Amino acid sequence: MKKKMSFVADYCVYVCKGGSKFYTWLGFLFLFVLAWAYGNYQQLTQGMIVTGLTDQVSWGLYLANFVFLVGVAAGAVTVVFPAYVYKHKGLHEVAVLGEMLAIAAVVMCMLFVINHMGRPDRLWHMLPFIGIYNWPGSMLTWDVIVLCGYLVLNLLGGFYFLYKKYANEPLNKGFYLPVIYIAIVWALSIHTVTAFLINTMPARPMWHHGMMPIRFISTAFAAGPALIIVIFTIVRNNTKLWIKDEAIDILSQIVVWCLGIALFLTMSEVVTELYHPTEHSLGLQYLMFGHNGLNALVPWFWFSIIALIGSFILLLIPAIRKDHKKLPYICVVVFAGIWVEKGMGLLIPGSIPSPIGEFTQYSPTLIEIFNCLGNWAIGFIVLTILLKGAIGILLGEVKYASE
Amino acid sequence: MTDHKPPTPPDDEISSPDSVSRRGFVKQVGRISASSVLGTAALMTNSDEAEANSDWAEWFQGSYRLMSDEEKAEACARLERRYSEEYDKQVTVDSTPAQEGVLFGYALNIQKCIGCRRCAKACVKENNQSRGDQEIEWIRVLKMEKGDFDAAKMADGYPDSYGIQVGGNAYSASGVVLEGEHYYEPEKVPEEDAFYMPMQCMQCEKPPCVKVCPVRTTYREPDGVVVIDYNWCIGCRMCIGACPYWARRFNWGEPKLPKSEMNPNTHYYGNRPRMKGVVEKCTFCMQRTRKGRYPACVEVCPVGARKFGNLLDPDSEIRRVLATKKVFRLKAELNTYPKFFYYMD
Repeated sequence: MKKKMSFVADYCVYVCKGGSKFYTWLGFLFLFVLAWAYGNYQQLTQGMIVTGLTDQVSWGLYLANFVFLVGVAAGAVTVVFPAYVYKHKGLHEVAVLGEMLAIAAVVMCMLFVINHMGRPDRLWHMLPFIGIYNWPGSMLTWDVIVLCGYLVLNLLGGFYFLYKKYANEPLNKGFYLPVIYIAIVWALSIHTVTAFLINTMPARPMWHHGMMPIRFISTAFAAGPALIIVIFTIVRNNTKLWIKDEAIDILSQIVVWCLGIALFLTMSEVVTELYHPTEHSLGLQYLMFGHNGLNALVPWFWFSIIALIGSFILLLIPAIRKDHKKLPYICVVVFAGIWVEKGMGLLIPGSIPSPIGEFTQYSPTLIEIFNCLGNWAIGFIVLTILLKGAIGILLGEVKYASE
Repeated sequence: MTDHKPPTPPDDEISSPDSVSRRGFVKQVGRISASSVLGTAALMTNSDEAEANSDWAEWFQGSYRLMSDEEKAEACARLERRYSEEYDKQVTVDSTPAQEGVLFGYALNIQKCIGCRRCAKACVKENNQSRGDQEIEWIRVLKMEKGDFDAAKMADGYPDSYGIQVGGNAYSASGVVLEGEHYYEPEKVPEEDAFYMPMQCMQCEKPPCVKVCPVRTTYREPDGVVVIDYNWCIGCRMCIGACPYWARRFNWGEPKLPKSEMNPNTHYYGNRPRMKGVVEKCTFCMQRTRKGRYPACVEVCPVGARKFGNLLDPDSEIRRVLATKKVFRLKAELNTYPKFFYYMD
């Protein structure tokens, strides 16, 4: 018990102390949190009317970010999977960083869902026993289960590992490995269920096809490791933790292949929908070409396509993929491209046209953008702190000192 | 569940709409309920006593569907107090349950509809929707073009590389059902080149909106009407995504309902004033139809295009329409089994 108390104390002290770079970064993020506080105050007091959402397009930026971040959370498994299933040495050493990213991503997911809700004060209505949990009927309840489960698994696996490392004790493999393997399968489930959340609605033909889950997973496994490569590069350049080249190389391979699959699936959808376009293809047509001058999403779509195809081609070239100076920049483009593909490219056009055929443009308000940026900032604050603690323990800077 | 088959209320209750909840309220006096304890707790923290009391009790209120009859009466009485105070008039919140042997159905004659939208306006007035710049309408009337066929455009088309025309533009669509034109503002209706198709909640037998709700706040009542417990809704808008008929509306802000325009005869599931952040939709005017009256849209229709009644009664008007007219349902391919039928003479 004493050991556990001292772990908590040492961990907390360590993550709060840092250099000027650390505080500047946190301070920078905190500025967004201030805007977020203002935005949330407005939304809570006045209602969702402060957003750009309408009865026609009632799901917007909040849910788009949610869907994307579920993918990022799931994508963290691309570190854990090679580490434990293929015993990849370079990744094995830093697998816990993947789990920390998963935790931060799920936290962001929850913030976005709460922003999306019209009555966050009634969240307790969903609690089993106290309220009504419409499971298994409602796909949203499945999503809550898989997301909360994934959060618990990553907290458990991640912090158990860190604690054992801190205490310099051997891992109890009978406990630890099952947690890791369950978490790997669970990661697939979170993005699959999130795809089911929106593709099980025949009212929205753009989403209503069986390719959605695999498209979600392939884009997630490109965006997730792309972000991880960027994070690893920052860690290598700013901390004493040296992440091996081979760890980054395997991640960049995962990015390129998953990106290839994602682009193939996009192409399949475009050909299927547009060879003989029906009313069900109107959403995709609006997204790609606009509709009678309503073309707010058109530049986003083509940006995303060009960004993803361009980075796919670049990453296919080994000399570029293995150039660890250029690679992070390409990864940023991949990450941004998939963020656009999930949001402006999938979630928003799914509501356009409406089920009665009305084309309505949606543009988020400043308050919506404040809240979104704030959620990201809070997520990055959490991520920074989690990574700092994990790196400190991996480096042995935080360890149990028996007196 | 006992409340699946409620006893038919005696006639005297039908003639005095608020007697059920009144009596329930009297029965509650002196009884220490969970909500009054919570209300007392709220009294100590909030200065505005009455309001705080009812706000907190309302907030802690469980799902209406699962309440006992006493709790239902208490919830309605609480709402009556709050609404009466807010709107400066005696408001009743009815809790009449579904009547046995009743399955409500609706039929609309698109041949007769002239697109005047009196139904949509009467609905707003009856059902206490938000007004002004945040007006919510449960009925929308779609205008459909009769199309255009032009000999001059015969050659406009898509020649392939051999010059063979493979497609054409000689006509513009006629009778396209879902083009979303519901903002038409002509000087007078019906317009010569158009016909009209009103839409509202189809009260599906297999409602996709009910299936997706994570907290079971929307469900099918025994008389076939899909209702929403406004006090239990968490505002996730899954149902809006799932509805293929665009029948559901969201209270994006605090609803704007002027005191003078507020209809004080309300039902818990029906037209009682809503709050911000919850979903609402047509309930076949529950506050009227459960008392044997017609929905407001049926009453107001100047051409008699709207028919309403009990689908289980072989002698009802609605059954007669279904038996003798050419009937279709909208988006039947989605298997939602609407109880809202369109027909032609």
